[in-house]
Amino acid sequence: MNNWKHVATLEEIPPLGSRVVQSAQGDIALFRTAENEVFALLDKCPHKGGHLSQGIVFGKKVACPMHNWHINLADGNAVAPDAGCARAYPVKLERGQVYLLIAE
Amino acid sequence: MQKMKLVMVGNGMAGVRTLEELLKLEPDLYDITVFGSEPYPNYNRIMLSPVLAGEQGIEDIILNDLDWYRENLITLHLNKKVVRIDRKNKVVYAEDGTEAEYDRLLLATGSNPFMLPVPGKELAGVIGYRDIQDTNAMIDAAAKYRHAVVIGGGLLGLEAANGLALRGMDVTVVHIMPWLMERQLDQSSARMLQRSLEAKGLKFLLQKNTQELVGDAAGRVKAIRFKDGTEMPADLLVMAVGIRPNTALAESAGIHCNKGIVVNDTMQTYDPSIYAVGECVSHRGTAYGLVAPLFDMAKVCANHLARMGIARYQGSVTSTKLKVTGIDLFSAGNFAGTEETDEILMHDAAGGVYKKLVLKEDKLVGAVMYGDTKDGSWYFQMIRDGKNVADIRDHLMFGQSHLGNSGHQGQSSAAAMPDSMEVCGCNGVCKGTIVKSIKEKGLFTLEDVRKHTKASASCGSCTGLVEQILASTLGGAYAPQAAAVKPMCGCTEHTHEEVRRAIRMEKLLSIPQAMQFLNWSTPNGCATCRPALNYYLLCAWPHEVQDDPQSRFINERAHGNIQKDGTFSVVPRMHGGITTPAQLRRIADVAEKYKVPTVKVTGGQRIDLFGIKKEDLPSVWADLGMSSGYAYGKALRTVKTCVGSEWCRFGVQDSTQMGIDLEYALDRMWTPHKFKLAVSGCPRNCAEAAIKDVGIIGVESGWEIYVAGNGGIKTEVAQFLVKVKTREEVLEYTLAFTQLYREEARYLDRTVHYVERVGIDYIKQQVVDDADKRKALHQRLLYALQGAGNPWAKENINAREFAPLTI
Repeated sequence: MNNWKHVATLEEIPPLGSRVVQSAQGDIALFRTAENEVFALLDKCPHKGGHLSQGIVFGKKVACPMHNWHINLADGNAVAPDAGCARAYPVKLERGQVYLLIAE
Repeated sequence: MQKMKLVMVGNGMAGVRTLEELLKLEPDLYDITVFGSEPYPNYNRIMLSPVLAGEQGIEDIILNDLDWYRENLITLHLNKKVVRIDRKNKVVYAEDGTEAEYDRLLLATGSNPFMLPVPGKELAGVIGYRDIQDTNAMIDAAAKYRHAVVIGGGLLGLEAANGLALRGMDVTVVHIMPWLMERQLDQSSARMLQRSLEAKGLKFLLQKNTQELVGDAAGRVKAIRFKDGTEMPADLLVMAVGIRPNTALAESAGIHCNKGIVVNDTMQTYDPSIYAVGECVSHRGTAYGLVAPLFDMAKVCANHLARMGIARYQGSVTSTKLKVTGIDLFSAGNFAGTEETDEILMHDAAGGVYKKLVLKEDKLVGAVMYGDTKDGSWYFQMIRDGKNVADIRDHLMFGQSHLGNSGHQGQSSAAAMPDSMEVCGCNGVCKGTIVKSIKEKGLFTLEDVRKHTKASASCGSCTGLVEQILASTLGGAYAPQAAAVKPMCGCTEHTHEEVRRAIRMEKLLSIPQAMQFLNWSTPNGCATCRPALNYYLLCAWPHEVQDDPQSRFINERAHGNIQKDGTFSVVPRMHGGITTPAQLRRIADVAEKYKVPTVKVTGGQRIDLFGIKKEDLPSVWADLGMSSGYAYGKALRTVKTCVGSEWCRFGVQDSTQMGIDLEYALDRMWTPHKFKLAVSGCPRNCAEAAIKDVGIIGVESGWEIYVAGNGGIKTEVAQFLVKVKTREEVLEYTLAFTQLYREEARYLDRTVHYVERVGIDYIKQQVVDDADKRKALHQRLLYALQGAGNPWAKENINAREFAPLTI
């Protein structure tokens, strides 16, 4: 069953940066925007599996470090004309604490 | 808040391009309404000729289908001609009574074909050549009638004639001037063109003045009569003698027109609420009839409609290409020449090749090419950039590949390439894929092609070829962007140079400060501009600016080279390629301890450990006890050396020690792109110094310094800079050149690109001829590198970058 899991504090993620959460389902990338929104995607670019957590975050997107695909943080969709989707995980931020909704 | 209302009159290429640019900048600012007098959505007017020739269908040339208008919430009125503008109440009225209020009005009414004022011009079967309706009328006529006469031997007339001939008509082109396309061609090239077209079955009557058109009993044209009394049969008569800006609506509303709707550099008419773009406008006294300038206007107009207010349209240099299959023809700029210009001419009548370049004071101002046009876009770019060609003047005529510039020497011209030939080796894109995307998706720019096909989007060495394919597919619609005015990226209108100047003059010290000062259009830039800004800031203010790791590519953030599986590679610094048994032992121990799968000697004479997990990097570095080799960065990579005079029986200088000294001097330095050196101890040059950013070659009497070589994407032999006597001089000149490159090159330009842009003479002026400048450059680099630390040292590691989180 799915549960909200505490994974980090907001402070642990650099603004316009990312951290990797190691989970049973594989690595999940947590992103923090300049406006302190937090998003979570499976750390795998839909193109060739690049590690999105290692990319440059701008606006609400991340540029994959492998071939510079741009991925929307909110839903994991690649920015057109590229097509593909990285799995997005529900994430919430409460009083500076970051929680991830993830299967046990 | 209620949105403003934008109404556009005219639904053609310039107008819709303006909307596209506007939607990119400000998607939610306006409620948009579009009136089009034709029953079609926006289509590619320049592709009417291939439709007429039967090479494409109408559906192939639609640029924006109805879904596009729907998706962008644009109210579209097709088949409705706007007949009145009430400027006082800001309302437009269409013929059928439809009305729309506006806050901003955009006039994009295009142009009308000019009809010769001769008796009989109103007869059936007499048409202009302007839109799908005309094209369909010609296609119908070709099925029923035999004799076609086209009046006008310009671009459009010849394309119409060619299409009608392909559809089986007997076609005669009547032209009042002594040769064809006199506005684009000189007499020699025009004669060659005429002969090719005659070989295709077209007939020509030059210097013929039309007297009248003769009709039959049913009111359809049957013949054309000339002033010299001769006559010839004509069942279809196409007038292609020019276009006139369609200003009727604007004039009826009292908007100032003078051979076009008069606009200023922001595309605003005399009524501040009303803008105009496209063929209907007159800008600085010129009305343009080709697509490329219209797109420049669209961009500027959108910028002002989006209330950004920073773009200016300053006129365009145009180029022409005839879209008749099998005929290669290109002209641009002032090809006719004047008394102040020089010509370089090549004319191979038997081979069917003619080229003329027109120069004024060492700058290319015009070009005409017939038969071989593959370098057209290259010449055109130089004309637009106003580039000084003194250095290459003697071989300018032989084209770009002759300069070893495209990385594709000996490649046949883009037009002659088979569709299956691979253009982009990085992304595996062949010519057919590119041409198909250009046609089907309506691509016009290199950027578009990169986005859709990935061709030239990686290493960029095929950029020239992709541009040629664009040019040959689009003809006159292709406008290479002048490098001098190319913005840094989509987030700004400013060029690299403008941004660097502002950072220096205004003492901007952070990325947000620079973005705010320079009116960046995005809140925090993109993956293209942020690394460039970070570098420019650090270069200008090395001890004031705080490095921003989040604006660095992962390699420079993690101080290792990311590999395709997400692991990193580690290359420790070994100055000059010299190591010791103790170092090798430590490297071996680390390789075993971390089960390193691959240990490799690099191209730059260093040792590379592959397959290191990111979280292990800090402990690997600690165990190695060596400093970072910067093998991952836009930085000094290595100084490759040969053995030199210490051991080699041929060596005349101690190249190894010189390499060590240089590697210490330039260590921990950031540069616009990677930076490689080599030092050889004698002219045999075993260290391959001739293909490095700086190559030093020892000779009996001292050292020769070469710069801007490249062994990678663009193989280029380094150019001789200076010969010096002492070690100290080698260091001073090398560091001075390096600093000049750091201060002036655009981010991601290697020295080869930078020196090609500014010229080796300029480098010599700054570094060799002017001792004060050289010493100042040298000092500035020493200052910048003061106190630079080893990023692998414990105190410099940001642990958070490397440690994963767990659930």
